[in-house]
Amino acid sequence: MSATPDDPTAFPVAPLFALDTLWFQVAGTVCNLQCTHCFISCSPTNHAHEMLTLAGVRQYLREAEGLGVKEYYFTGGEPFMNHDLFEILEETLRQGPVSVLTNGVLIRAEAAARLKKMSDASEYSLDIRISIDGWDAETNDPIRGAGTFERILAGVRALASAGLNPVITVTEACTGAATQAGRTRFLDFLKSVGLPQPRLKVMPLLRIGAEESRLRAYESWETLKDRELTEDEAGALQCTSARMVTSKGVYVCPILIDAPDAKMGDTLAGTLRPFTLSHQACFTCHETGFSCRT
Amino acid sequence: MPHVTDLGSFRRIALFGGIYSNYLSLEKAVEIARARGVDATFALGDFGAFGPHPDRTVEILRRTAIPAIQGNYEESLATAAEDCHCGYTDPRDNAFAQVSYDYTREKTSAEHKAWMATLPAHLRLTIAGRRVLLCHGSPRRINEFLWETATPRPFIEKLLRDHAADLIVCTHTGLSWQRMTGPGRGLVNVGALGRPANDGRTNVWFAILEERAGDVAVELVPVDYDHARLAREMRSEGLPAEFIETIETGWWTTCLEILPAKERARGRF
Repeated sequence: MSATPDDPTAFPVAPLFALDTLWFQVAGTVCNLQCTHCFISCSPTNHAHEMLTLAGVRQYLREAEGLGVKEYYFTGGEPFMNHDLFEILEETLRQGPVSVLTNGVLIRAEAAARLKKMSDASEYSLDIRISIDGWDAETNDPIRGAGTFERILAGVRALASAGLNPVITVTEACTGAATQAGRTRFLDFLKSVGLPQPRLKVMPLLRIGAEESRLRAYESWETLKDRELTEDEAGALQCTSARMVTSKGVYVCPILIDAPDAKMGDTLAGTLRPFTLSHQACFTCHETGFSCRT
Repeated sequence: MPHVTDLGSFRRIALFGGIYSNYLSLEKAVEIARARGVDATFALGDFGAFGPHPDRTVEILRRTAIPAIQGNYEESLATAAEDCHCGYTDPRDNAFAQVSYDYTREKTSAEHKAWMATLPAHLRLTIAGRRVLLCHGSPRRINEFLWETATPRPFIEKLLRDHAADLIVCTHTGLSWQRMTGPGRGLVNVGALGRPANDGRTNVWFAILEERAGDVAVELVPVDYDHARLAREMRSEGLPAEFIETIETGWWTTCLEILPAKERARGRF
């Protein structure tokens, strides 16, 4: 099979089995941190995608209800920089389970108490997911910024004190985190900071955005060109059951929001179709079986 | 692909979720269901895993002619798969699942595996005029986890529409719950007959569905059984101490990372 690099027919196509997971880029690409491995280069000044409003989210929630969406995820940027966030979460929790991906830096006692209250008021689960990149400041801070280790841990402790048990995510920028010894070390660390039932998710690096200049970009061979996709493999890909809403429209997945051709429409209904896996980040999802879902 | 059989109309039925080789709780549940005067009993898959002597469970099901559907265990065993396709995502969870599957695969007779291959993926029946669909995980995927706090009403309605049912009955998660989306419409997870419900109690559960006042009523029935004997047999079979602890204490010790926040918070680990 011969094809030029630009030939879209050379890449496998991911069907959409069902829209189960709806993501919201609720804080756009605006973040209080500027992590060196961020695949969408979020920062205090990156306005490539803007904050979503309650009204903006609500419009998609109504559409999602009719489509039978199973779960909702909120990310950024840093979601807690969005002043509408609590109202958005409360409204979404009336419709289904919610996960929020945050660095935890803005979560202190008052925010944690409000999150616990809205969790208790819902028949569905609220999962808070906190990103940290190491078990000590020496490992974490070079990636996430000076002093962030302690500020993130303060958020973790505030949630734990309020009775919420966050999922902790760590990327492989924390060397060894994915090994059994690394996982054990991380779980012990989480117990030591007050999480008696530690929940840990280790994620691979996506070699786009800021990460390109931290470690490396994708090599030219790291692509799905001329690769087959079995049904099981397709089922593991997030893009076969998810879409991402940003201020610019609806994208195929949470990873590719900086790729103009990954925008699939302005309504959810307009995005219920297959997607060609021509991006190099697609290689990571396919090779690792990785999903942004918890 | 699943072949679906419509079994007709029933007044009162018993439904067994994952049995996980707990042949002792199965024996008790069969007795209780009989005493409760059910028209029929159905087993919703995952007969093996976790517990000892997997053939004993299958022998009871076949001897009592309980109609059964495939769980991911039966599908995996019948196709000689390398793992259980339980659907876990965490490495520790998967490691324990593999111990369980390797033991069950080795100890399940070829004849029983061949029987598993003959089981349907779904069954359909009617109670009080409601179309009831029996499945293992969900109607669309044998290993889909449907948890109480992560299965919202609009999603249940979509499953009901897509699969032409009024009531979906499933298992796979090991925790029982129900959510109705309208009169006679909704989803029931019958929990597990083979493993306690992560609540610090050693009993297990099955469900009875019956016609009551012109509609379907769901009742969860506790089953006390000789769990100390099961634990002894698990120990002598060399099964993991973590599994035995669950049988003895009622708290889950493994395969926890797949739980949503609220289900996780209810357990000890």
